[in-house]
Amino acid sequence: METLERIIEQHPFFADLDPSYMGLVVGCASNRRFKAGDYVFKEGSEANEFYLIRSGRVALEIFAPQRTPIVVETLGDGDILGWSWLIPPYLRKFHAHAIEDTAAIALDGKCLRTKCEQNHDLGYELLKRFARIIAQRLEATRFQLIDVYAAK
Amino acid sequence: MSERRPLTLPPQQLDKLFDALQRKGYEVIGPTPRDGAIVYDRLESAAELPVGWTDEQEPGRYHLKQREDQALFGYAVGPQSWKKYLHPAEVRLWSAARQDGAFRILNNETRPQRPYAFLGVRACELSAISVQDRVLRGDKYHDPIYDGRRKGAFIVAVQCTQAAATCFCVSMGTGPLVRDAFDLVLTELDAAGNHRFVVKAGSGRGAEVLAEMTTSSASEEDLRQSEAAVETAARQQVRSIDNHGIKELLYQNFEHPRWDDVAKRCLACANCTMVCPTCFCTTVEDVSDVTGDHAERWRRWDSCFTLSFSYIHGGSVRASGKARYRQWMTHKLASWIDQFGTSGCVGCGRCITWCPVGIDITEEARAIREAGNHGNS
Amino acid sequence: MVAHAKLDPMMPQPFTMRQVTKETSDTFTFTLEPPKGNNGTRFLPGQFSMLWVFGVGELPISISGDPAEHERLTYTVRSVGQATHALVSRKAGDGIGVRGPFGTGWPIDAAHGRDVIVVAGGIGLAPLRPVIYHVLRNRKEYGRLVVLYGARSPRDLLYRKELASWARQPETQVLITVDYGGIGWHGHVGVVTTLFKYARVQPARSVAMICGPEIMMRFVNRELETYGLRREDIYLSMERNMKCAVGFCGHCQYGPHFICKDGPVFPYESIRPLLDKYEL
Repeated sequence: METLERIIEQHPFFADLDPSYMGLVVGCASNRRFKAGDYVFKEGSEANEFYLIRSGRVALEIFAPQRTPIVVETLGDGDILGWSWLIPPYLRKFHAHAIEDTAAIALDGKCLRTKCEQNHDLGYELLKRFARIIAQRLEATRFQLIDVYAAK
Repeated sequence: MSERRPLTLPPQQLDKLFDALQRKGYEVIGPTPRDGAIVYDRLESAAELPVGWTDEQEPGRYHLKQREDQALFGYAVGPQSWKKYLHPAEVRLWSAARQDGAFRILNNETRPQRPYAFLGVRACELSAISVQDRVLRGDKYHDPIYDGRRKGAFIVAVQCTQAAATCFCVSMGTGPLVRDAFDLVLTELDAAGNHRFVVKAGSGRGAEVLAEMTTSSASEEDLRQSEAAVETAARQQVRSIDNHGIKELLYQNFEHPRWDDVAKRCLACANCTMVCPTCFCTTVEDVSDVTGDHAERWRRWDSCFTLSFSYIHGGSVRASGKARYRQWMTHKLASWIDQFGTSGCVGCGRCITWCPVGIDITEEARAIREAGNHGNS
Repeated sequence: MVAHAKLDPMMPQPFTMRQVTKETSDTFTFTLEPPKGNNGTRFLPGQFSMLWVFGVGELPISISGDPAEHERLTYTVRSVGQATHALVSRKAGDGIGVRGPFGTGWPIDAAHGRDVIVVAGGIGLAPLRPVIYHVLRNRKEYGRLVVLYGARSPRDLLYRKELASWARQPETQVLITVDYGGIGWHGHVGVVTTLFKYARVQPARSVAMICGPEIMMRFVNRELETYGLRREDIYLSMERNMKCAVGFCGHCQYGPHFICKDGPVFPYESIRPLLDKYEL
């Protein structure tokens, strides 16, 4: 049975993170399980955690009146879910809806935020990593937007 | 054994040449002055040749001028090339008839009635024919239309004794000397004085035709003068393309600012592709009659300068004039080498002469080389 | 080894339209039967035919059927213009001219003993379907098979029944994603590269075959390299305007390549420098 520490250490997101920071991160981590249908978080709620999805599938949804929620992206094995904990006002922009039974590791973003304010080097390391994720999501979203499969 | 020694003949004997070729069943195609240019057409006799005419060519300029002598081949090249006959501008591929949903293709014989005899083929043109041979019959598929016309064609080549200002065959290695691939070759000498031709057969059937003409042996002086005449044509050339590494040069300079520069001038009129003796692009057109039960498929010359040439999925890949000029020049001088093993350009200069704004391919190539990226990548 | 057209490549053979099936709102699959005595139904996965609609025109269409099926040829076409519309409107029994097959095929030989990753975008699944048939029919010659398929929306998915049946084959994965999920879609939403992480293959011993809109192929290539595939193991199917399909009309040139005879399937390495060139 893999320990939380091993899983986090081996995850590409945390690659090359200074071992001293690793201890901090692991200290803020806990195991979570979501059943299919559970909401991991809802739009507008306070963003205190981010998640490392180990298995399962989570849909990012936008809630619009008179419509069923629109799925803009699904995240799965190994994906990082949630970055609003890093950016004021620290509120969720989307629903995160588990559409399969999902196992994840939750990381206490609020706690990490405080530590980042005290230790800017740690802050820089985490922001670097999140910047890459956000960039990837932005690129992918743009490709979805340009509708490559449409008939011209 | 067929006669292959160089011989001489007076200009009057060219009528015998016509007779011999026509009697053997050839349709003689040769140069003739018409509408201010020397064009290729069916000729009945030597009288229709451009006797006493020469051409003056500059970028975007062409005009005929009367000579002071009665030379028959005293000009460079006109706007047309032999592809007019070998790779015709318009040809019906086949027709089809439909009945109750099913159709039948009616195969059409697209071979001309009589084989062609081309009179007045210059070295650059022989090279161009050989370049098109490689494209249309030297690869995976053979074009039966080109094949049919090419196979039987009788070639009477002519050595160039003068160059136009737009000629650059020397730098392309394609002339001015005709070396081989002809049935007969003529060198016109001393049109102002002792007007005569040195003639040589390059094949058995060439020798057969020659045998029907009255000839004398060529003297040392005749041979010296004919060599000197071709050297004159070589010396007179003022333009050139440096072909060293030109493939890499053009491949590596896809973003060169010169393309923007030429794009400001180029009208995408496609003249260059029409007059170029090696341009081979075609398109197909399907037409049907009013009943809808009879259809024909036609093949027509096309040009990479047209917007629709690269049209796919709702737009043209080469939408800008810049992209289209770059495509033409890069294909001609560079990609052609990867595709067919030689340059696509034979240095005839037609594209320079017939460009309405006088774009000079030799100048464009020089500009890119002089300020280009020479790095390895 | 490429299958050469045994008949005159310039003359259409009168095939007969047999069955037209609607796949999506604008895409149809149809089969053509050859005339008697004609064995022009052999093709390599990845090759295409020139289909002629009487009096309308000719279209290059990838063969989307089973290469082991010799009685007929199958195609999947998106109806986007006059010619494609005329083609898919033909009734069973109508004559359709067929020339071909033309072009280079997918590297089904080079992929022997390797894992095969098929990445399809939209209608790009059609020229890849013959590979899938071939691999499943010759299962022992290949490792794992992974089909990664991205489409615009669930309503644009092709070959739905077959996708499900392929997914049930041993050592085979079929992963589908859409750009827009819509109501009732419980699968992946996102670009096709997000499916890579689920592919249970060894990237270093995989061969990838990609077909889809050019933009999609460009970003898939980059991701595949990041994912661990070697450049020489990636293959793409390219497309340009085509008139003759035999290298004479000049329209399909892509750099020095004629897509009709040097392609449409290319090893990534041979066209990598061309892919980023705008208006090539």
